[in-house]
Amino acid sequence: MSDKPFIEIDHVTFGYDSRRTILNDLSLRFARGKVTAVLGGSGCGKTTLLRLIGGVHAANSGRVVFDGEVVDVHDKAQLYRLRRRLGMLFQFGALFTDLNVFDNVAFPLREMTDLPEALIRDIVLMKLNAVGLRGAAQLKISEVSGGMARRVALARAIALDPELIMYDEPFAGLDLVSMGVAAKLIRTLTDVTGATTLLISHDVPQCMAISDWVVLMATGGRVVAQGTPAELMASTEPEVRQFVRGEPDGPVKFHYPARPVAQDFGLEAAP
Amino acid sequence: MSKKSIEILVGLFVLLGALALLFLALKAANLASFSNGGETYAVTARFDNIGGLKPRAPVRSAGVNVGRVTAITLDAQTYQGVATLEIRKDILFPKDSSAKILTAGLLGDQYIGIEPGGDPNNLAQGDVITQTQSAVVLENLICQFLFNKAADGGASAPAQ
Amino acid sequence: MNFLQMLGRRALDVLASWGRGALFFLDLLRAVPGALARPGLVIAQVHAIGNRSLVIILASGMAVGFVLALQLYNTLTTFGAAESLGLVVNLSLVRELGPVVTALLFAGRAGTSLTAEIGLMKAGEQISAMELMAIDPKARVLAPRFLGGIISMPLLAALFSAIGILGAYVVAVLLIGIDAGNFWSIQQNGVDVWRDVGNGVVKSAVFGVICTAVALYQGYETEATPEGVAYATTRTVVMASLGVLAMDFILTALMFSTP
Repeated sequence: MSDKPFIEIDHVTFGYDSRRTILNDLSLRFARGKVTAVLGGSGCGKTTLLRLIGGVHAANSGRVVFDGEVVDVHDKAQLYRLRRRLGMLFQFGALFTDLNVFDNVAFPLREMTDLPEALIRDIVLMKLNAVGLRGAAQLKISEVSGGMARRVALARAIALDPELIMYDEPFAGLDLVSMGVAAKLIRTLTDVTGATTLLISHDVPQCMAISDWVVLMATGGRVVAQGTPAELMASTEPEVRQFVRGEPDGPVKFHYPARPVAQDFGLEAAP
Repeated sequence: MSKKSIEILVGLFVLLGALALLFLALKAANLASFSNGGETYAVTARFDNIGGLKPRAPVRSAGVNVGRVTAITLDAQTYQGVATLEIRKDILFPKDSSAKILTAGLLGDQYIGIEPGGDPNNLAQGDVITQTQSAVVLENLICQFLFNKAADGGASAPAQ
Repeated sequence: MNFLQMLGRRALDVLASWGRGALFFLDLLRAVPGALARPGLVIAQVHAIGNRSLVIILASGMAVGFVLALQLYNTLTTFGAAESLGLVVNLSLVRELGPVVTALLFAGRAGTSLTAEIGLMKAGEQISAMELMAIDPKARVLAPRFLGGIISMPLLAALFSAIGILGAYVVAVLLIGIDAGNFWSIQQNGVDVWRDVGNGVVKSAVFGVICTAVALYQGYETEATPEGVAYATTRTVVMASLGVLAMDFILTALMFSTP
């Protein structure tokens, strides 16, 4: 990671309201042209991280740096410019239900460029072909299965050939075959286009298989460990081992904090 | 649904709405019968009592609408009611025409009726109609009727 | 002290929500010029909002016309004024019932569908997706619907009044036997285009703004859950109806108070 990172999170603290801080003095770097996976349990702030990078929210303190530029949420012109360079795949696709597959993928092209329809058609079909859905172009969103919807959303995310692609839980709810397809697509896209890829997931095996760098986060926006997939798989730290091996109990407890069992079942007098 | 058919349907909807508005304006309101944008000239008429005459009341001659009452004021010097009438430019009345306050039907709205006189000169913008007949006030009528009745009764008594 | 604190907090919350609503409305207005440049979107919305409401508006208008004619006839004959049935029905419809009843029906049919649509789009992250694609969802999604509502309402109200008068004609002339010529001529003499019909159109335009803005706001601010969307649609109908009725009082006082 010798060259400048594409995205840098610099001592960022953020909470949606004053009661809960989701990210606490977090610092991370995402290398240019590489696949970086951010792993962690639910509620550790992974999706919030994506929102901060996309300029949807402003950090309470610290900076988010996008290719050398500090992201200023109030500068609409800058946001517009930066967002043109990123593509995001939402957890369930977030496809526009009133348009069909073709129009969904064509949407960014039609809205952001002045390209003629004939050219847009070719680009859309090429993107759909990249995800293997060229034949499904005329289907309505309601007719498309979950895995296919995810792929259509991916085609839409790459329609403008973005330099940064962010995936929010791309493997959630998919069967093994679809998961394999998705993983292959993510890796191929990064290799072929040189885009920087940011992958948010719980799914350890798939992420380890395709990532160049893995960051493990815990609740409170803490970075527990980061390194290459091999380093993390071989780690001896308890938190890392529990997550990577999927052990039900360890540093992350199984039981939600509660009174002693005996008390709840009336087996002994209350103190 | 294709874009073309949506546009056609919306066009139909807008057309229907516009037709409804036209219908309301023409068939069910007074747009066709009296165009407010027409050329008019204003004259005034003084009455001792304007009764229930209101602004926008019609001005008619021989029963046909020829104009509107635009303003009603009180002349503080003569304590007469002054009505300003806007009459269509293409209808001219002789200078000695008379204006009466009449009632449409028995209990209807009041309007001004103009009866033409014989003067060779016509009323022009700003002229005053001098011959006027005030509105009939119901109380005065009853008073008069009772007075007449009493007078008749008094006259017939000595004759007996 | 606790009760006062709670009261104070509720009052501040209410003020804050009004403030949010006002800011939202300003954002909507700012997004309108952009939507005007995309007539295709506005036309599609006029279809979804206006055309799809035609059936209920026309049916209600005709029903109201029938009923008004029947009811008013009974009262008017006692004053010997049965001939002015057409006039009274016309004025009732054009000045009041047309704009108000259409607005209430609009809030129920089109308002709830707008709220649900926007709410579900928000729940499915379509709005966030658009934002991250650097497309302003207010300009692309909300403003065309706003314009669609403002354009549709006066047209629907005019249709309501027109078909109401025709319905009254059927009852008065064909069923009861009032003279057809009188029916129309008394209306023509008594109804002023600018004062009555024109003010009615102005009213319905204002109501269109209120109903559509409330519906869009509720949908945009709703919680992204099924209960949230259901609650938001109810709130749309209630707030839009109350707003329409309040505005109706103010506008009527302004427009029709005796000089």
